Amino acid sequence: MIVAQDLVKRYELGRSTVEALRGVSLTIGRGEYAAIMGPSGSGKSTLMNILGCLDRPTSGAYLLDDAPVHARSDDELAELRNRRIGFVFQSFHLLPRFPAWKNVELPLVYLGMGRKERRVRAIAAIEKVELGERVDHLPNELSGGERQRVAIARALVTEPSLLFADEPTGNLDSRTGEEIIQLFGRLNRDAGVTVILVTHDPVVARHARRILHMKDGLIVRDEAVEPVGGAA
Amino acid sequence: MNFLESIALSLEALAVNRFRSVLTMLGIIIGVCSVILLVSIGEGAKAYVVTQFNSLGTNVIIVTPGKTQTSGGPPIISSTVHPLTVSDAKVLSERCPRLALVAPVVFGLSSVKYLNRARNSPILGTTNEFGDIRNLHVEVGSFIPKAQDYSEKRVCVLGRTVKKELFGEDNPLGKMVSIGGSKFRVIGVMKKKGRSLGLDLDELVFVPVRAAQQLYSTEALLEILMNVPRESDLKPAQEEVREVLQQRHEGEEDFTVHDQGDMLGILQTLLTALTYALGGIAAISLLVGGIGIMNIMLVSVHERTREIGIRKAVGAKRRHILAQFIIESVVLSSLGGLIGVGLGVGIGETIAAFVEDFPIQVSAWTVGMAFCFSFLVGVFFGVYPARRASLLDPIEALRFE
Repeated sequence: MIVAQDLVKRYELGRSTVEALRGVSLTIGRGEYAAIMGPSGSGKSTLMNILGCLDRPTSGAYLLDDAPVHARSDDELAELRNRRIGFVFQSFHLLPRFPAWKNVELPLVYLGMGRKERRVRAIAAIEKVELGERVDHLPNELSGGERQRVAIARALVTEPSLLFADEPTGNLDSRTGEEIIQLFGRLNRDAGVTVILVTHDPVVARHARRILHMKDGLIVRDEAVEPVGGAA
Repeated sequence: MNFLESIALSLEALAVNRFRSVLTMLGIIIGVCSVILLVSIGEGAKAYVVTQFNSLGTNVIIVTPGKTQTSGGPPIISSTVHPLTVSDAKVLSERCPRLALVAPVVFGLSSVKYLNRARNSPILGTTNEFGDIRNLHVEVGSFIPKAQDYSEKRVCVLGRTVKKELFGEDNPLGKMVSIGGSKFRVIGVMKKKGRSLGLDLDELVFVPVRAAQQLYSTEALLEILMNVPRESDLKPAQEEVREVLQQRHEGEEDFTVHDQGDMLGILQTLLTALTYALGGIAAISLLVGGIGIMNIMLVSVHERTREIGIRKAVGAKRRHILAQFIIESVVLSSLGGLIGVGLGVGIGETIAAFVEDFPIQVSAWTVGMAFCFSFLVGVFFGVYPARRASLLDPIEALRFE
């Protein structure tokens, strides 16, 4: 469960101060599937970074599963990301020199897991995203959709309760993008993972069951979505 | 991630830029190699000096006329210096029970002639004991007579080179040679000894001490050589010698007593200092190599900013990133160190095997030190780039193109 209260984020850019978040409060329950939507510069990425423990707010409180995390140290945040949170990025962010399974096992390395177990779990995660036959391929031997699946497998390998996806379909054609979005839906429905999607694409956002509309560093609308066209 | 895995990971990373990694290692390779070679030459020189000294007899005490002060050079207010004489030597051998052998030494340079062949040779006037003290022995015939018989006999013993030049393959025993105009009968030829401490021992011609004194019209000796049976006798024997001679020289200490160990010690100290200096100079190249490593690690951290961001995003802590890059830098420098060790030892052993008399001694200690140094260079110069990597902000690192 995510509880944020009055989150403010300011950046110093030379002499001027940019206020990316101007007091955001929200609650996202366990197992929810939410989309954060808004034009670029609306603060949605900043919000995701803070909620994903990659960044700290300038002020405000953030509780993750009832524990305050807004003032944790870098290493404590790293541990939270490692154990509780998975990320999927627009540009996949895979290590180009590593085959798929090595990319997927990376979070387990920092969990301190032994080598054999890591490989087993990494392969299991890759099979879950239906890429079982691509385990030993390097990222540049994979298509965009396949790369994003590898990235999702990496996000899921530690079995986190929270999955953040930052424009996950931005670099994919619409058909592949659709498949990826379907995958998120399944993960949310079948595995009970809380999914938070950041996007500026209304079509993508419609797949979530709740849309938080952002503008100029504030949430301007909290919209509940009726399931569209049933669950595919 | 365990230690071996970390090393494998860094090797993979280094293999991506193979050429660059090798160039970077080259600095360390050259550094380690030169440290090993230069220190080995220094150590070799030290060992060489020791064997040279010991080949000229052990536990040797030498008395020379005149007092050498710590400042060096002759005394400023010079009272009359009593020369050392043959009777001084005689008295020493009678009154110092610790001394095993005593040999007076006179030294000069004369032309040695046989028939129409002649050469200039250093002439050493002494007694039979000299041979035993200095570990010099005849090959054929006999050495000059014993000390009891401070003889004026005109006999001589030729060094190998002198014999060869004057007699060729002929037997010189019993033949008469002329030394400085006087006739001497050849009674022996020395074994080959070679050069030692800058003196070609095969060029020497030995004659009885009295004969040499007559030849050079002097009573004064160059030095008196003595030896003692055990090393522990060296210092007490020197005291005895000092006392006896002081008495004979009207209470004046106008002579210098020292043992070969003193000289050896001084030389060794000198060579040790030299070895350190050489090693230090070579170590500078290792430091330069270390700067090269730091440079390339900084480049590497910059190039891999995104990788660092990804690792941090999935949960790498600061120490994980720090360790990854320090290990990479240490692997780079140690690999260079290892190759440098191989090269240094290889070159050193090759020189030792093929170049005769070249003083080089590759010791495990030197090799170990050089390698450890390369390892430490990797740690030292890896810390800063690794720290920079570990402090990167994950968001900015992920945004890096």
